[in-house]
Amino acid sequence: MKRVLVYVTPKKGILDPAGQATQRALQSLGYHEVEEVKIGKYIQLTIQDNNFSESSIKEMCSRLLANPVIEDYHYEVSDV
Amino acid sequence: MSKVRFGVIVFPGSNCDRDCYYVLKDLLQVKVDYIWHQEEKPKGFDCLILPGGFSYGDYLRCGAIARFSPVMEFVQDFAEQGGLVLGICNGFQILLECGLLPGAMLRNQGLKFVCQFIYVRVDNNQIPFTGAAQPGQVLQLPVKHNEGNYYVEEETLKEMKRRGQIVLRYSTKEGVVTREANPNGALDNIAGICNERKNVFGLMPHPENSSEPILGSQDGLLIFKSMLQYMEDGEFRYGGGEEFRYEEGREDDLDA
Amino acid sequence: MRKAGRMILMPENLPPKIYQDLGLTDYEYERIVSILGRQPNYLELSMFSVRWSEHCSYKSSQKALRDFPTEGKRVIQGPGENAGIFSIGNGLAIAMKIESHNHPSAVEPYQGAATGVGGIIRDIFAMGARPIANLNSLRFGPLDRPKVRYLLEGVVAGIGGYSNCVGIPTIGGEVYFEDCYEANPLVNAMCVGLVKTDTIIKSGARGIGNKLILIGSATGRDGIHGATFASDELDESSEERRPSVQVGDPFTEKLVMEACLELVERGLLVSLQDLGAAGLTSSSSEMAAKGGVGLEIDISRVPLRGEGMQPFEIMISESQERMLAVAEPDKVEEITKVCDRWGIRAAVIGQVTEDGILRVVNESQTLAEIPARALSQEVPLRNLEVRRPAYLDNLHHYPLPSLESEKDLSQHMLELLASPNLCSRQWVYRQYDQLVETNTIGLPGADAGVVRIKGTHKALAFKIDGNGRYCYLDPFAGGQIAVAEAARNLVCRGAQPVAMTDCLNFGNPEKPEIYWQFVECMRGMSQACRVLGIPVVSGNVSFYNENFGEPIYPTPTVGMAGLIEDMRWCTTPEFKDEGDLVVLLGETHQDMGGSEYLKLFHDLIAGQPPALDLDLEKRVHLCCLEAIRAGLLRSAHDCSEGGLAVAVAESCILGGLGATVNIQEEHKQTVALFSESQSRIVVSLKEEDLLHLEEIGRRHKVPVKVIGMVGGDRLTMGKVIHLTVTEMKKVWEDTLESIMRI
Repeated sequence: MKRVLVYVTPKKGILDPAGQATQRALQSLGYHEVEEVKIGKYIQLTIQDNNFSESSIKEMCSRLLANPVIEDYHYEVSDV
Repeated sequence: MSKVRFGVIVFPGSNCDRDCYYVLKDLLQVKVDYIWHQEEKPKGFDCLILPGGFSYGDYLRCGAIARFSPVMEFVQDFAEQGGLVLGICNGFQILLECGLLPGAMLRNQGLKFVCQFIYVRVDNNQIPFTGAAQPGQVLQLPVKHNEGNYYVEEETLKEMKRRGQIVLRYSTKEGVVTREANPNGALDNIAGICNERKNVFGLMPHPENSSEPILGSQDGLLIFKSMLQYMEDGEFRYGGGEEFRYEEGREDDLDA
Repeated sequence: MRKAGRMILMPENLPPKIYQDLGLTDYEYERIVSILGRQPNYLELSMFSVRWSEHCSYKSSQKALRDFPTEGKRVIQGPGENAGIFSIGNGLAIAMKIESHNHPSAVEPYQGAATGVGGIIRDIFAMGARPIANLNSLRFGPLDRPKVRYLLEGVVAGIGGYSNCVGIPTIGGEVYFEDCYEANPLVNAMCVGLVKTDTIIKSGARGIGNKLILIGSATGRDGIHGATFASDELDESSEERRPSVQVGDPFTEKLVMEACLELVERGLLVSLQDLGAAGLTSSSSEMAAKGGVGLEIDISRVPLRGEGMQPFEIMISESQERMLAVAEPDKVEEITKVCDRWGIRAAVIGQVTEDGILRVVNESQTLAEIPARALSQEVPLRNLEVRRPAYLDNLHHYPLPSLESEKDLSQHMLELLASPNLCSRQWVYRQYDQLVETNTIGLPGADAGVVRIKGTHKALAFKIDGNGRYCYLDPFAGGQIAVAEAARNLVCRGAQPVAMTDCLNFGNPEKPEIYWQFVECMRGMSQACRVLGIPVVSGNVSFYNENFGEPIYPTPTVGMAGLIEDMRWCTTPEFKDEGDLVVLLGETHQDMGGSEYLKLFHDLIAGQPPALDLDLEKRVHLCCLEAIRAGLLRSAHDCSEGGLAVAVAESCILGGLGATVNIQEEHKQTVALFSESQSRIVVSLKEEDLLHLEEIGRRHKVPVKVIGMVGGDRLTMGKVIHLTVTEMKKVWEDTLESIMRI
């Protein structure tokens, strides 16, 4: 079995109001060292070894899991 | 009775489908039917409406799942053949996700769902969805959404402006585009856009919730009436006024 | 009957007194043994413990609730069903109910509030009614505490997140801030639905051999022992019990709702019931007991989400978005088709039997056998002691400040308008879809929300209201006022109050002082209902609202419906035109006890709550309604917290118009302005209509007094208040916005 961890994050330069608000909250709690907060999504896929293909993972990400207009994605694959 | 027949698409989680149906059927007395999201080849429709709501719960991203519904291939074909497609709120988000309209929606700048009456200025009245409006006419419509913060890349925005694709912008009651008039942080106060061909239109405000005086405003009716008028005439009829000219907002306000 | 050899009803080796861990008393355990005629096994014990919890069984409140008037010419269904129903004519009826979700919201505000809304929506469509409006009543601690702001933020987002997604307009609500709610906030959600009288469906199971169908989400371990959790006081371990809190899925709720409404519309169901607290146990025992039949549930056929779930977990799980239906066997295929189309599950999990037994089986093995009626209705009622609390004498005789030399009353007015309890609630209701369904003709922010009924000339106004402070000072008077004020709010909208639901939030009833508050409150509410002619059609009780032994104020929440026969009568609170007269219906007395003024400027919650003459109250309603129907009134607004001054200020702010108003000379100025006397309505009208209004007032024996005139851009009251509408509006609108900004 393969486990695919997909991370979807706001594209560089795209406003991330949730991230900004969280950064302000962290600062108000005294964590001034935080330079930037980005909030994204984490999606976990489990796929049978014999059905696994990198190209179809990329396709899933760009077709559905992320919106390329505003989001980037990357993923990690591990065996489970 | 008009021969024009509207179709209101029902996705799982649509919740303004009944409202659109009511406005068309009971207020405008035109033919209208629901189209189930699984229908692949619905027949005999002249205009399609993708209504507001929370298709598939909007759990992954607004409109991201609905755009893969079987009916969406038909919507794409219908639009390519020049048919009128109106997307309201979640319907607008679906049109963005499937690429019929450019750009994407971010979360509201205030990070909260916003339901309130706002004003939009008609920046282009020379498309089938706003033909009944005067140029620069201000409409009072409600917004109600969590993700209405419109975003598009700068290059595309320039092209859209040049082609008159920016149709509605949040403004004051007097029609001035200001930062305060913007309920969600949308780029350039954009509330509604159309495609290059002007037959696909998406807007965040809800015209179907503001089509009767007793509900506080009937300005929304203008959108449906424009579509109807366009279809009945068989060609586009200008509401009057000058050729489209994109008007910049008060830049000091918008760029602050 | 199944063969004895297959039964495993004999108890496992249960640890002694395990029933106590499940929240059952010795006496209740004895009753269970005598009902069953044997020792219960763990599954049966679990089922009794959740069904007999305070939350589900009303064992402490049942007796006191019997006093409520529950009948009336419009009442179709009184208390005891998923929701109450009353007729509005035209073959149409309204289903309505209110419910608390206080404890879940205290530990996880977003999901707690969201699932509260989800539960009350299911109660409404369980009657075959399409939900047409949501309302909510909220109580929190003071907003200067970060934890309180976190709770408010989460609760409001949770309510909006759920009802917006399902597509039900939230048209009204109330929120107050008081120390006693700091760690035990109140979240009361109300839903109303519209149903044709001939498609009303009820929960009683019927027809031996009919199938029992579980519709909606799969069953997981959500909220195991949630009902018992709700019946405990909150303490430091509450947060650790977070797994008890369920997660809402409004998308599935929407699909389940549409599917159920279609099933009812097409006549495919015999009965329908929602799964709420105590899950399958409670819903199946209700259905069986009400129908006078038995039910057999095969847990192997319940679609599960959790792995290795125990039978007791399946039977008491509070997984959300589930409904239980009974249908004739030959309808099952069609039902499955409808549910498939909506993308939700429908699983046949059992059948109706004739022996009156709720039987749980796992394929051929019998796991539990309990007489359904006993489980549902034979909980031993508690005889609780009552004792008048000692604090009352102190509070009633507390020397109130003379109020003689209050200085800058303009400044006081601004501070009142800016106080969290009186300021604009727009920050809250802007997060709710108020418009979906295109019926909302009266938006939040006025005396009551109003929805029109399509296809008729009618509209309905709904109000949710309560005042814990008055009830704390005098639960009998406070209970009366809660009912009277909700009714008055409806009247201001042009609506005739016709039915009521209630949510009764109190502390631990085992304390005699708390139970006294409860009984007194019920007495006051019942009396007000009788005099005003408003039947109670449904309700909910929430006890154990305490923190480390400190109870909340007794807080009955009243949800009320008013009928507007002709929607053109729908009246609003804002002043309309320069030159209109401002008139007060009713009279101002020295009623400063429990007032917002005393709290804000003297940090005092003491004295007697305002005196209430229910007969006068009723006459004021009749007078106001007659004037509205005669087309005399341009605006109508209830005088409540903050008194006449705040009521007039709100009419100015909402209308964007000033006014000049005289102050009655028989009172001190502070009293004339800020006294919270009941049975008063501020109206405005054209001068030429005054004689007619005075005539109506005389006939109903209601004082009608011209107190001023609308006009200009500032509010002047006597010689002491001079404020522009703009400055009042600013402080009134900014308070919550700026407090809640991060």
